[in-house]
Amino acid sequence: MRRLTWFNATSLTLGFAFLYIPMLVVIIYSFNESRLVTVWGGFSTKWYGELLQNEAFLDAAWVTFKVGFASSIFATILGTMGAYVLVRGGRFYGRTLFSGMMYAPLVMPEVITGLSLLLLFISIGLDRGMFTIILAHATFSMCYVSVVVSSRLVSFDRSVEEAALDLGCTPFEAFRLVTLPIIAPAVISGWLLALTLSLDDLVIASFVAGPSATTLPIKVFSSIRLGVSPEINALSTIMIAIVTIGTITASITTKRAVLRRKHEQQMAEQTT
Amino acid sequence: MNLRRFTLISVPYFWLLCLFLVPFLIVLKISLSDVALSIPPYTPTLELSEGWAGVRDFLSQLDFENFRFLATDDLYWKSYLSSVQIALISTTICLLIGFPIAYGMANAPQEWQPTLMLLVILPFWTSFLIRVYSLIGILSQEGMLNQFLMWIGIINEPLTILNTNIAVYIGIVYTYLPFMILPIYATLIKLDGSLLEAAEDLGCSRTEAFWRITIPLSKAGIIAGCFLVFIPALGEFVIPSLLGGSDTLMIGKVLYEEFFANRDWPVAGAVAVILLLILIIPIVLYQRNEQKMMEADK
Amino acid sequence: MPQNVFEPWNDPAAKPLIRFQNVTKRFGDFTAVDDLSIDIYEREFFALLGPSGCGKTTMMRMLAGFETPTSGTIWLDGQDISPIPPNKRSVNMMFQSYALFPHLTVYDNIAFGLKRSNMPKDQIDARVKEMLRLVQIERFGSRKPEQISGGQRQRVALARALAKAPKLLLLDEPLSALDKKLRQDTQFELMDIQEKTGTTFVVVTHDQEEAMTVASRVAVMDQGKLKQVDTPGQIYEAPNSIYVADFIGEVNIIEGNATAQGNTVSIVWAEGQPDIIGTPSKPISNGKVSFAIRPEKIAITADKPADRHNAVQGRVLDIAYLGNVSTYHVELPGGMIIKAQAANSRRRDSRPFTWDDEVWLSWTDTAGIVLDR
Repeated sequence: MRRLTWFNATSLTLGFAFLYIPMLVVIIYSFNESRLVTVWGGFSTKWYGELLQNEAFLDAAWVTFKVGFASSIFATILGTMGAYVLVRGGRFYGRTLFSGMMYAPLVMPEVITGLSLLLLFISIGLDRGMFTIILAHATFSMCYVSVVVSSRLVSFDRSVEEAALDLGCTPFEAFRLVTLPIIAPAVISGWLLALTLSLDDLVIASFVAGPSATTLPIKVFSSIRLGVSPEINALSTIMIAIVTIGTITASITTKRAVLRRKHEQQMAEQTT
Repeated sequence: MNLRRFTLISVPYFWLLCLFLVPFLIVLKISLSDVALSIPPYTPTLELSEGWAGVRDFLSQLDFENFRFLATDDLYWKSYLSSVQIALISTTICLLIGFPIAYGMANAPQEWQPTLMLLVILPFWTSFLIRVYSLIGILSQEGMLNQFLMWIGIINEPLTILNTNIAVYIGIVYTYLPFMILPIYATLIKLDGSLLEAAEDLGCSRTEAFWRITIPLSKAGIIAGCFLVFIPALGEFVIPSLLGGSDTLMIGKVLYEEFFANRDWPVAGAVAVILLLILIIPIVLYQRNEQKMMEADK
Repeated sequence: MPQNVFEPWNDPAAKPLIRFQNVTKRFGDFTAVDDLSIDIYEREFFALLGPSGCGKTTMMRMLAGFETPTSGTIWLDGQDISPIPPNKRSVNMMFQSYALFPHLTVYDNIAFGLKRSNMPKDQIDARVKEMLRLVQIERFGSRKPEQISGGQRQRVALARALAKAPKLLLLDEPLSALDKKLRQDTQFELMDIQEKTGTTFVVVTHDQEEAMTVASRVAVMDQGKLKQVDTPGQIYEAPNSIYVADFIGEVNIIEGNATAQGNTVSIVWAEGQPDIIGTPSKPISNGKVSFAIRPEKIAITADKPADRHNAVQGRVLDIAYLGNVSTYHVELPGGMIIKAQAANSRRRDSRPFTWDDEVWLSWTDTAGIVLDR
């Protein structure tokens, strides 16, 4: 029924070309022998070697990873709690304020989030460093986690939780034994989202990071300001590769799971 | 209320109060303070040790001078206007490019859909900074775009694109395009094909059916996509500072420079407060649209 | 009273298992259950029947412990259950959506409630296997809920709720998700299982056929109030209100003025038509009444039957052929339409009446119900 018209084929081709050509160029030039970024000087992987020699980048990457890991864990726990409160919490004092605060960071410009957190840290006299970045990242990414988790919570049948209570669970057991396993996929994607957001963030980190902790995006940003460089091309290629592999693996896994489920359901119909 | 429920609610609540609401109140307060050559570089600071008199003294020193300053210095209102303009134009371009892509995806053969979806999501997960960076090489004087245009003979001299507002438009459209495509695609894929057949059966031409059926029914997705591009574009900092020129005025960049370069915290605070006030309108409209979509799904 | 008849509600000495005492439940301005009192006895198969929004689901959720009454008391086995949370009640529920745990196997679903109690492991295993056998799904123990069919899921839900041997089993629209044929087979199985386990069942349904088939007693509810509580036969044959008569099965309602004549009443209902003679089940005051008569109690003939007092003439307007029976819509001279049902004991070609035929409708003096208005 659905067929590809000329118009659709053209818009898809041009659209995806627009989205992908710049990144492909970066990838291609990361293997350029020449330091000149616009002239092709033959194939080489030497920029990857230089990147791995660059202590400053490696340090920043390590900091970024630690921050991402810690903040995404916090964000996942807090975001899941927040989602549960919003969807199942019923009425409580200050609920409107709470849901407002859960959604506002999603639309808040990063410069404002960064500025306000920095002013907070200064006014309470907290030294800026890795800890402050973790706090800042956990705060804005918990809201993204909450959106992902609450959409799963909304869609699943409440009576499943009631059934657990009915069969003798305490409310906490019902959450641990029934709700959590069911929403686990959403919690994991929320965690991945929080991790990605933290690894990518430049603006908020550059406000709240102190001299003791520089993240990779901050480092990349300051070197991009000086222009295009082959090391950055190599770094970008590595990051694009990681994301590509991750996304494709995830989509294949889900597709397989869906196919298996379909197959099993067909089997179930037949055995009736 | 039992203890468990109390803990469940109060932990995220308390976290957001401390790390979201309170910081914003501090911004508000500093925006009403005066700049000073001290650390922190503003007065007054609240001296709780002086008790009630301290609080009263503190309140009496707050004024709207910074906001008056913003109104008189045309750098600021020009930046606001230019931010709104840049965000509006880029959102429009995004829609014009994004809709045909979403439409093409929704009408592509069933077995292609997951792959096409993957192709849109992939840039979405890729680092924002790297995607902006990838444009620098393309748009520069000796970059791929100029080389290509000269090769096919449209131009003889390389164009200056990088460090102009054009580059900012391209940057915003490029980075936010997935945010436009995804919600439109989501509404188009739900569109019942028999509606178009019914419209044609009742005498519409293909084109008429598109304008009278497809567009109105994908309105919610279009609106959602536009806000998802417009709202972050308005406060954008990375794109204007990497792709824009020195004459590119965007409020996010002004705020950043005011704070770090000029160390004028009170003015930076005031800039932030006004930016938020401007954002409230599109945010409220966006929320309404989302609610409508939720209700339509039920 | 013969011993083999199960009628504890007629036995003044019997103690009810559940007693609703003036129970009211309000949600904001909406009164879901309105000052309702009812007794349900042990081993009963009790059906709460009514349209959606009549309060039947709220009654069930109060029994399970998911809602607390706004006022009034619910007694279970002589104990006020209001302060007991759902996980401490010896009441289990089979949910309308079945609410099976999607991440657990069929076996683990059934074992779930047992594991919450302090039952030893080997006993749990024995009990789960017994349950799987009871509902005839031994083969599917290791499957996940999504890997079995709808009918099997319904059985798992039943086995899971029964596994803890509750005093009371609540069933929320237990068969509504099944298709018609499967539903009818399952009704009988449900009755069988109820009898085997001796558990008290309370079933909530909007399907009158289902309630009539399975239940020992049916409570018809409307807008938070009980309309009638009785055996299925009584509900059908002796409804106490037009609402109940109309809700259960099809019925013709004729309005008129009654005058008592000994055991019977004579009802004047239309000009130029003979009075209807009816037999009220309880003494009735003279004045406005409704006469309710079911279509299958009305005979349809070509000639006026000589032996029946109640006979009217009309013209066949419509015929609904349902296979086993046909319903004739007959228009009386005044414009009133009466439905009459006749069994199709013969093949269709030899149908006795067709459109526009003049026919006689007749019924006996005891066929209809006379209801006060």
